[in-house]
Amino acid sequence: MKNIYENRKYVFGALLFLVVFIFIGKLLSLQVLDKSYRSTANRNVLRYIIRYPARGLIYDRTGKLLVYNEAVYDLMVSPNLVEEFDTSVFCDILEITHKDVDKRLQNAKEYSYYTSSPFLKQVSSETYAVLQEKLYQFPGFFVQPRPIRKYNKNVAGHALGYVGEVDEYTIENNPFYKMGDYIGISGIEKAYEEVLRGEKGVNVYMVDVHNRIKGSYQDGKKDRSAIVGTNIISTLDIDLQEYGEKLMVNKIGSIVAIEPSTGEILALVSSPTYDPSSLLGRGRSKVFKTLSSDTLEPLFNRPLMATYPPGSTFKLVNGLIGLQEKVIFRQTEFYCYGGYNSGSKHVSCHYHETPLNLPEAIQNSCNAYFCNVFRRILDNPVYPSVREGYNSWRDHVLSFGFGQKLESDFSYKVKGFVPMTSYYDRYYGKTGWSSLTVLSLAIGQGELGITPLQMANMTATIANHGYYFAPHIVKGIGGETVIDERFYSKHITTIDSVYFPIIINGMDMAVNGPPGSGSTARIARINDITVCGKTGTAENPHGEDHSIFVAFAPKDNPKIALSVYVENGGFGATYAAPIASLMVEKYLKRKIIRQWLENYILETDLIHSEKEN
Amino acid sequence: MKRRINKWSEIDWITIVLYLLIVVLGWVSIYSAVYNEEHDKIFDLSQRYGKQMILIFGALVIALLVVVTDSRFYSSFAYVIYAIVILLLIVVLLIGKEIHGAKSWFEFGPLRLQPAEFAKVGTAMALARYVSSKSFNIKNSKNVFNVIVIILIPAIFIYVQPDTGSALVYFAFILVLYREGLSGGILLIGILMMILFVLTLIIDKMVIIIALMVVGYLVFLIIDRNIKRFLIAALIYIGLSGTFFGLKEFAGLGLSVYFILILSLIISGFIYSFFIYFYRIRKAVLIYMLMLGSIIFTFTVNYAFDNILKPYQQKRINILLGMDSDPYGSGYNVNQSIIAIGSGGFSGKGFLKGTQTKFEFVPEQSTDFIFCTVGEEWGFLGTSLIIILFTILLLRILVLAERQRSGFCRIFGYSVFAILLFHFVVNIGMTIGLLPVIGIPLPFMSYGGSSLWTFTILLFVFLRLDISRLEYLI
Repeated sequence: MKNIYENRKYVFGALLFLVVFIFIGKLLSLQVLDKSYRSTANRNVLRYIIRYPARGLIYDRTGKLLVYNEAVYDLMVSPNLVEEFDTSVFCDILEITHKDVDKRLQNAKEYSYYTSSPFLKQVSSETYAVLQEKLYQFPGFFVQPRPIRKYNKNVAGHALGYVGEVDEYTIENNPFYKMGDYIGISGIEKAYEEVLRGEKGVNVYMVDVHNRIKGSYQDGKKDRSAIVGTNIISTLDIDLQEYGEKLMVNKIGSIVAIEPSTGEILALVSSPTYDPSSLLGRGRSKVFKTLSSDTLEPLFNRPLMATYPPGSTFKLVNGLIGLQEKVIFRQTEFYCYGGYNSGSKHVSCHYHETPLNLPEAIQNSCNAYFCNVFRRILDNPVYPSVREGYNSWRDHVLSFGFGQKLESDFSYKVKGFVPMTSYYDRYYGKTGWSSLTVLSLAIGQGELGITPLQMANMTATIANHGYYFAPHIVKGIGGETVIDERFYSKHITTIDSVYFPIIINGMDMAVNGPPGSGSTARIARINDITVCGKTGTAENPHGEDHSIFVAFAPKDNPKIALSVYVENGGFGATYAAPIASLMVEKYLKRKIIRQWLENYILETDLIHSEKEN
Repeated sequence: MKRRINKWSEIDWITIVLYLLIVVLGWVSIYSAVYNEEHDKIFDLSQRYGKQMILIFGALVIALLVVVTDSRFYSSFAYVIYAIVILLLIVVLLIGKEIHGAKSWFEFGPLRLQPAEFAKVGTAMALARYVSSKSFNIKNSKNVFNVIVIILIPAIFIYVQPDTGSALVYFAFILVLYREGLSGGILLIGILMMILFVLTLIIDKMVIIIALMVVGYLVFLIIDRNIKRFLIAALIYIGLSGTFFGLKEFAGLGLSVYFILILSLIISGFIYSFFIYFYRIRKAVLIYMLMLGSIIFTFTVNYAFDNILKPYQQKRINILLGMDSDPYGSGYNVNQSIIAIGSGGFSGKGFLKGTQTKFEFVPEQSTDFIFCTVGEEWGFLGTSLIIILFTILLLRILVLAERQRSGFCRIFGYSVFAILLFHFVVNIGMTIGLLPVIGIPLPFMSYGGSSLWTFTILLFVFLRLDISRLEYLI
């Protein structure tokens, strides 16, 4: 029987083909034409866990471990995967507040909705153990292990430096770093960042919708293991360093000790100091705030950054220049009538025998003697004018490493200041000044600005009879005891080595001269070690003068050269000389016999007593 | 009257082969969707693929039973079977197991049955029986009313469970009625309403109303081809609405703009009726009624959308219409589903290599979203194959239905066609983001006994009926 509506079957057929046409078209566009879904799917499922390499370890020169690593865990979050979760359980585990959770989530969202960022950093292993069990309840969160620094002894904060999170500027300019990475911020950690940091690795995992790891992606073909950072042997003698910090407790200042034959820094004390481990961990920012608002500036790296006038220690340099310029000889004597007088200019001096020759003038630290020397250098008739004389003097001074950045491995250091003629021209006009105008330079006062590191370097140069190696703090990288070539190049001063014994003789006498002979630093004497030293007092317009002492020992074949600064310590002999002497004793004898001297220094409190006044 | 024939040589093996192919591909996809290394035995009954294996064997047994049963059983017991499924739908509301907030399941130990699925069989039979009866006339409104009742009773009970998706399937029967003589106009109006429905939700109501009027008057002009009458009609309306606006502005009458527009249209209608009677232009009536009807429909949709639909339903529709982009909220399912299918590329990631489905980013990946597994692991080749298989199957059913000599068999065949088509279109349309998420399974492929068995019964009853055309010469 023929159905009148039979033709309608074609409508059904057409309808079916219309649907098929639309479906195939849509699938073609989804699956073949649009390639973006594959990456979207990968973003869903792939979890890149960065494997942070352990930072290289830092040892001291005797092989003692100073800095190592410990694992902590960063809780990461991918905001796009976060679902509603039990906030109170979450807060209990992590010991944070609900408000905190909201804020941190918001921050993470602002950073990126799709890529993960740290939610809570440095979760302890104990918390991690609890968290790991419950992590499946918190989709979008995962844990990333990361090593942090640990210190065997909480000393040498300024020398070792610390690590902290990279700032945005670094992230933008260096593709190695990602947000939340750590980088050396100061000291060795910064100077040798590229050696210490190692190479990051990555594990690519697949996770399911509940953020549970389901296995390695492509059987681990895309994984890269982390390469551990290279170890570093520092030049520090940690016992000496620790002892130096102990001596400097309750004093402001610095100690720099250098091995003259190599330029290796044995101790680098900046006081007041800080506990390097306090700048790690979750309390870091709080500690940092306290430290940076402290009026005593514990974060200020005094040995490298502070500049002082060198005071009488500079007489050593002026003496050497005088000898080199042949304006004086060893036996040249000058009278001192309680000081130096020329026209309206008067530089006073303390009482001592007179006249004195050069070593005796150093022994007694005679101001008048070096005023005479300095004027002879500048007014030397071989130069057509005082400006040429001055320039010649300045060239000699610079050859000691003053007024320029020593090529040490620290990335920050200051040049210090040795004025150029133009400096005086500006004040007095080109012809308006003479050797008398700049006379204070003769005794290391006035415009000179010199860092404790430069001063220690000068001492090492004298100990070496006229050359130095750039002071440095690292002596070995990895297994090798080879470091940058620049630390092997000899910097030779403009002074002939024959002149140095004369000055060294004076320094010997300053410490070891018989009682009553006018030796200024007898307090630094050690019975069976010939310490050569020179006191200095830096004038301080803001208060009590700074006590300075430079020394090296032993006299023959010197092992240690140092500079000690004690701010507001008065005369060089008062505090700086005993401290230097104790450091020498500690380094060369490894134990302190002069208990009375040690106690005198340990009991000295220049910070609190000053405040009480 | 009955001839003895060999059922197994006469049965349509093309359909059976297609059926088996799709079922096996479905099982493979389920295996892949729920696969994990700990349970890789295909008969592991703790896993869905193990259970589905049993369900497939069950389906084959049912198919066998269906074929050996006398074909007259189905027409004779059509109403009884219908009554039984309706009864089951009522009982499930009383003692059914509630899962995901819907009382849709009977639980017998490990077996869960969904009467809403089996109700399709009963409804198809009852519809076929009623429409094929000699006294039935599609032009008779009482008969049409009864047909609507037959279709709506199960749909309403299912809607109450609530299982909106399964209830919507019953609209598919309208297609069957069209084949049996339902006016194409009704179908067209239905399509028009759907378009209008979508437009209403996207575009501002005012724009639609004005656009409808402009279109109405223009259609009148085109059909009537008389500019004078067109101008008169337009001026009447403009004059009336202008008057009302004047009253609103100067007499301070608190009339809303919508109210003025519609009131003017209705009053114009009275005036038009005089002209229509005078000039005998009957087409104008139709145009006027369509125009007014559409405008009222627009208001109804707006009202219904805001007041009747549940918020999650509103959200799903909004997302589909691109009015709401919330890829991690309500749109999550579709979004992940599209990512899964899209990431498959041309040839797919390979068997068991799909990450979207394997790691549960796609929800319901073994049931409603099984097509994603195919799309991700077998790519465009896989999805095209599935679509082609379904197309051939549907075409084959169409051909078989058309060769029936009895109305009952043809109508039942068309019912099978319509239901399969609806599931096919809505399920795949949903997974590729063309249609809103309506949770209905992909026939023969989705995990679940009720759906598999129901479609098996539908298909094999039809194949059994197909053989019967050689047995009985009705």
